[in-house]
Amino acid sequence: MNVPDPLLQQKKTTAWEMYRSIVGIGAFCALLIVSVYQGTAGRIADNKARFLASAIAQVLPAVQSTVEVSLDANGKLVAATEPANLPAFLGYGEDGELVGAVITAQAMGYADNITVLYSYSFDLEAIVGFKVLESKETPGLGDKVEIEPHFLANFEALDARLNDGGTALVNAIVTVKQGAKTEPWQLDGITGATITSDAIGVILNQGSSYWVPALERDARDFQPPQPSEE
Amino acid sequence: MALKQVSSTDEFIKGLWRDNPVFIQVLGMCPALAVSNTAINALAMGAATTFVLVMAGLSVSLLRNFIPREARIVSYICIIATFVTCVDYAIMAISIELHRALGAFIALIVVNCLILGRAEAFASKNNPGRAVMDGLGMGVGFTGALFLIGVVREVLGSGTLFGVDLFADGFQTWTVMVLPSGGFFAMAIWLLLVNWIRQRQADAEKQAGERAREAAS
Amino acid sequence: MKDPGYWSIFLNAALVNNFVLAYFLGICPFFGVSARLETAVRMSGAVAFVMLVASMCAFGINLVLEAINAPYLRIISYILVISSTVQLVEMLMRKLSPPTFRALGIFLPLITTNCAIFGLALFQTNKGYGFAQAIVYALGAAAGFALALVLMAGVREKLDLADVPDIFKGTAAALVVAGILSMGFMGFAGLGR
Repeated sequence: MNVPDPLLQQKKTTAWEMYRSIVGIGAFCALLIVSVYQGTAGRIADNKARFLASAIAQVLPAVQSTVEVSLDANGKLVAATEPANLPAFLGYGEDGELVGAVITAQAMGYADNITVLYSYSFDLEAIVGFKVLESKETPGLGDKVEIEPHFLANFEALDARLNDGGTALVNAIVTVKQGAKTEPWQLDGITGATITSDAIGVILNQGSSYWVPALERDARDFQPPQPSEE
Repeated sequence: MALKQVSSTDEFIKGLWRDNPVFIQVLGMCPALAVSNTAINALAMGAATTFVLVMAGLSVSLLRNFIPREARIVSYICIIATFVTCVDYAIMAISIELHRALGAFIALIVVNCLILGRAEAFASKNNPGRAVMDGLGMGVGFTGALFLIGVVREVLGSGTLFGVDLFADGFQTWTVMVLPSGGFFAMAIWLLLVNWIRQRQADAEKQAGERAREAAS
Repeated sequence: MKDPGYWSIFLNAALVNNFVLAYFLGICPFFGVSARLETAVRMSGAVAFVMLVASMCAFGINLVLEAINAPYLRIISYILVISSTVQLVEMLMRKLSPPTFRALGIFLPLITTNCAIFGLALFQTNKGYGFAQAIVYALGAAAGFALALVLMAGVREKLDLADVPDIFKGTAAALVVAGILSMGFMGFAGLGR
């Protein structure tokens, strides 16, 4: 028959064509990704810094500059060398005096992890500022911890004193039922959002037990950052 | 039989209603339900997906004679993933808050069956101009669908639109609408409406056809 | 901070934050396959299998990416490695265990580029799970998917016999059922803390 068989007409793809196309596409994609990454890296870092700065300003208004800190292998407070998942900062005022510390902490809430940012005052030995950074709690119920006035009133001076040895909180921070708060280290909870308010208590307790002993011991001797020459 | 010449604008328009990705083709439902809890999130997600649709469609169309048949899917996935990565970083550069709100769903654009489907079904067989129009049409149709779902969920579930309070304090928000269940319900409501409209159109066409046949006989 | 226990990870992935009903992942196969109970069970098997494979791949890739400090390659490397590994495994399955292949095989291409699998890989990376935790997470997610799918299939089979208006048939009815199931699963919140 003279009719050409369409199947036979179909050119078989050579290995060279396969390699050429896959390598070519790979190179094109890699180039694009890397350019976009480099191009946006500056702005992304700025955005993150601005977000953090505004959050810190909300929990510790007197702060002018911060230094990120971490605990080294011996539990001593040192300047942080690499970005941490849950960073903590020392906050310094206009004249370079230590104003307080800002701590991030996280634990499981009702739906997912809740991340909070809170400030610790060395003068009052208490938690004085509180802000929820990330939460997936139920809108209208669990997210009341972010806005409910009587819950936020807990943070006027939430007691976080250390025991005599300076190794742990003398009274664990704990959430109690709404209206049942009798001691300054208790959190007055929210009825209808018990799991979420309990979680906040756990978060603050864990975060403070981890950071406050080291802060109380080392923060005052810590070198504040040198003001940059503008 | 003469092939009807489909104009470029037709390629765009078909994505808006006739072949709407969410309501007719029922593709890309995952993001439609997940990020539509506020209207802004829905629009941002739709915009990001449209961008990937257009750019991936353009790239695939430009390279269509260069990619051998056997390496098709791998190449398409590579190209789509590249543009999704770009969009991911672009959104992070625009607004950290928006990026947090959309979460992992920006990265999940890469597995949206819609994009791979259009690349395979259309972009690989048409010139770049048409591919872009098709991508744009599908993208706008997708964004529109997401926006409709988002508006219903935000207005009923939070009492706001674009963050602006719509009702006085007495309004009891229907919280379930911003929860996952609400996504399912909102989409079901729109789908019902779309189905009803289509059924009316089909009935009208059938009646017109019958009348034409009666007139002819 | 206290690490979540294995049981807590499993319950969270399976019930509290069910992948389909809370995160909207895997909706396409969920609605496509949940019409019949038998296909639902087979699909669940395939998903569990692919989730385990994907979880291990993601863990491995992430180690490499962190070593070379290239987070921007995450999306593209995850999707390529996961889909190729699943294809390889599918071929192996066809050779080594034809009965399993006949049971699960046809679903594998459907779910390789599926949001549920990719979402699992991404979430696991974001949560920073170790290898054992990642495996437990994948098992939990697969169990949750299977549970949601089987429940859905059971309801839909019954719904098929009911007198449902035309415009409501199919996906619209399935969506409402899914919404009600999702509300039911909200009752699991706080479990396993």
